[in-house]
Amino acid sequence: MRGNIIALVAGVLFGLGLAVSQMTNPAKVLSFLDVAGAWDPSLAFVMGGAVLVMALSWPLQGRGRCASLVAGESRASLTDVDRPLVFGAALFGIGWGLVGYCPGPAVSALVLAGLEPLVFVLAMVAGMLVHDRLFQAKK
Amino acid sequence: MTEFTPLPALAGGVLIGLSGALMLLGMGRIAGVSGIIGSAIREPGAGAWRWCFLAGLMLGAAVYVMSAGAPVVVTIDASTATLVVGGLLVGIGTRMGGGCTSGHGVCGLSRLSLRSLVAVPVFMLSAGVVVFVVRHVPGVGG
Repeated sequence: MRGNIIALVAGVLFGLGLAVSQMTNPAKVLSFLDVAGAWDPSLAFVMGGAVLVMALSWPLQGRGRCASLVAGESRASLTDVDRPLVFGAALFGIGWGLVGYCPGPAVSALVLAGLEPLVFVLAMVAGMLVHDRLFQAKK
Repeated sequence: MTEFTPLPALAGGVLIGLSGALMLLGMGRIAGVSGIIGSAIREPGAGAWRWCFLAGLMLGAAVYVMSAGAPVVVTIDASTATLVVGGLLVGIGTRMGGGCTSGHGVCGLSRLSLRSLVAVPVFMLSAGVVVFVVRHVPGVGG
């Protein structure tokens, strides 16, 4: 129960942060990615603020050691740079660049806009299921 | 085209960071949205906290809409076909690569995870290339 409440509060903070920073607006995200056009660097500030707070938090978790491990992780889950990592990141980037949504903002946008975020989220879930079906052995 | 909004961007980023910190210090979990969605759909019954987090994502945006006093702009230019293709690629890619903007970007970069230090430039670059091709290569975009 306690975990559920923590997760709910964390989700609210996350969704609020996405809305405040307008990351729920794909046009805003695409303007960041469009370096050759009328560039809007806002997304870098969002990432910067979030990374800063998290960088201060990691040492609290790991008794002073950075890059401590959380449940279900091994050292390799931080350092193991393999082909699926690079290929997967590249595929994710293509989808992100096509629409301007990554998973978090797409879920938040379900309550902000009409059908488009829903179509995107359903396709994303389908993609995840397809991946898990094809590469079940990995997990 | 959108306007550069450094202060709301930074404020929103800090909120997202606080969310990640709460998950980390309160639950020992990574606030990685693609991972949370992926696990939630694979084992819907296990880990109600995941559904709570996802509900919170929507609730947080709803709270903002109710308190903002001005309409929240969401401009989606993608066609339905593009939404489907993009969604599929984001779903497959984030599962294969083990994270998205929140997991690799926010959580991974902040702990200098080597995997994230590789993944983030890769997805930033591939996204940037796609946007460049769609917007600036004649005959490709609308």
